[in-house]
Amino acid sequence: MLRLDDVHVAYGEIPALKGVALEVREGEIVALLGNNGAGKTTTLRTISGLLVPMRGALTLDNQPLAGVPPHEIVRRGIAHVPEGRRIFNRLTVRENLTMGAYTRSDTVVIAGDLERVLTLFPRLQERITQVAGTLSGGEQQMLAIGRALMARPRLLLLDEPSMGLAPVLVEQIFETVRDINRQGTTILLVEQNAAMALAVAQRGYVIETGAIVLSGTAAELADNPEVRRAYLGE
Amino acid sequence: MDVELLIGILPQVVIDGLILGFMYALIALGYTMVYGVLEFINFAHSEVFIFGAFVGVEIMLGLKSAGVLERFPWILVLVVVLLAGMLASALLAFTIERVAYRPLRHAPRLIPLISAIGVSFFLQDVIRLTESIWRNAFNLVYPTIESLNVRLEITETIDVSIKSLVVIVAALLMLWALHALVNRTKVGTAIRAVAEDQAAASLMGINVNRIISLTFVIGGAMGGAAGVLFGVQYGLINPYTGFIPGLKAFTAAVLGGIGNIPGAMLGGLVLGLLEAFAASYLSLLTGGAFGAEYKDIFAFSILILILIFRPKGLLGEVVRERA
Ligand SMILES: Nc1ncnc2c1ncn2[C@@H]1O[C@H](COP(=O)(O)OP(=O)(O)OP(=O)(O)O)[C@@H](O)[C@H]1O
Ligand SMILES: [Mg+2]
Repeated sequence: MLRLDDVHVAYGEIPALKGVALEVREGEIVALLGNNGAGKTTTLRTISGLLVPMRGALTLDNQPLAGVPPHEIVRRGIAHVPEGRRIFNRLTVRENLTMGAYTRSDTVVIAGDLERVLTLFPRLQERITQVAGTLSGGEQQMLAIGRALMARPRLLLLDEPSMGLAPVLVEQIFETVRDINRQGTTILLVEQNAAMALAVAQRGYVIETGAIVLSGTAAELADNPEVRRAYLGE
Repeated sequence: MDVELLIGILPQVVIDGLILGFMYALIALGYTMVYGVLEFINFAHSEVFIFGAFVGVEIMLGLKSAGVLERFPWILVLVVVLLAGMLASALLAFTIERVAYRPLRHAPRLIPLISAIGVSFFLQDVIRLTESIWRNAFNLVYPTIESLNVRLEITETIDVSIKSLVVIVAALLMLWALHALVNRTKVGTAIRAVAEDQAAASLMGINVNRIISLTFVIGGAMGGAAGVLFGVQYGLINPYTGFIPGLKAFTAAVLGGIGNIPGAMLGGLVLGLLEAFAASYLSLLTGGAFGAEYKDIFAFSILILILIFRPKGLLGEVVRERA
């Protein structure tokens, strides 16, 4: 479905990705692991069109994505829950969710999807008319995920969905990620919480200073001594 | 001090203040909407405003020289002139953004500001040149429509011209329409989303450039409407007339909380009323020591006071943001 091949990205003069290659297949959950500053967020921002690679191939269903503006990439079926949530603080919860479905005009189906998101996150239902800036951190994360689901993406990019959440909520978010995937959405998951990420993912990649250094099935990675030492805290 | 006189003129003062205030409010929207999405002060907006007034006066003069101005129902003439002024100013604002601001989107902040000041001077002189060639004059007067000057008597001492009522009603309708557009439609929500976070908005599938153009178009249309209403109400316009109302409308936008749409409306009304009160009451209350010419000093002193106590403006920062 999604393919990155030898992708190079720089912020101005400073290189951030130096030849990233990875693949996400239809129906999978793929984890992307790495330390702070390794290039995980940069990878996701490149996929969703916020950054343009200088070199390398980036394709969705064999169609090139590089240079396509972000608002077009959403239409092609990729939704991105960005790092730090980036919900619209001054909009209500409902308006945030409406913006998630911005590219769509199938009102009836949208209403159904809103129901689905609110069933997934009942807390949002209770706060539907509230201004999003007044939500708690966990609720904001739910809103960010719900908002992305409103686009009916085929591929969902999640950037550290568990960041800053209490352990109970982390469990819940990962459970939700699994649910979303079961309902047919492919997921590329960036996480600091490697144990959790490898528990829900089928496959994974490890990125270090802008390049993929390891890849394999989730089980292989979880057994890999280096991964255990560097990311699973052993 | 003649208390009866002071109270007697109050309704008239309020009406004058409302007219001025609605005018400022309409212009202020252009400043505040553009600031909301780009954090940039569109200095050329005062010329977008006066351009609407010129398009309006040209149509009315054209109708007049064709001898049909008084033959059409005044409401029809007014609607046509308003729509033409709005359309023209909207197009102008759209073009200015495309030509003079968009190429500088990523330049340091001062650069687009200088570009805006340049556009402002440029437009003043283009209007002056065009009118000078076309009419041999650039001070133009809106032709009067007799039925608009009819005064309705409310009480023995208070009367109000149909014209003033029309200006107030038209402005109210437009402010209401804009409010509904921004708060109750999908595209309005997108404008607010872009104002808050452009990158996140683009991840929703919102074409940010298109929304930015749209804010210029809407702000321009409101400015053009204000231009026509200004001409209808006060009569005389020239290419430089836009500057002072523009500056005051910008102040009104800051007073309301720049970037905040209801704030611009409120700020405009407050400034208009303050100015009208000062113009009528200053000399009465000070026994003639300060005349109406001090109205701006008075109005702006109050503004400064308000901003000292509410630096974000009357409605600025309604929501506190959390991390
Ligand atoms: N806007 C930017 N301008 C310049 N350099 C940047 C910018 N954003 C990121 N970088 C650099 O690019 C590299 C990769 O950053 P990135 O945000 O992709 O890391 P990450 O893997 O997501 O880290 P974290 O786990 O801390 O979120 C880092 O060295 C970072 O300093
Ligand atoms: Mg990151």
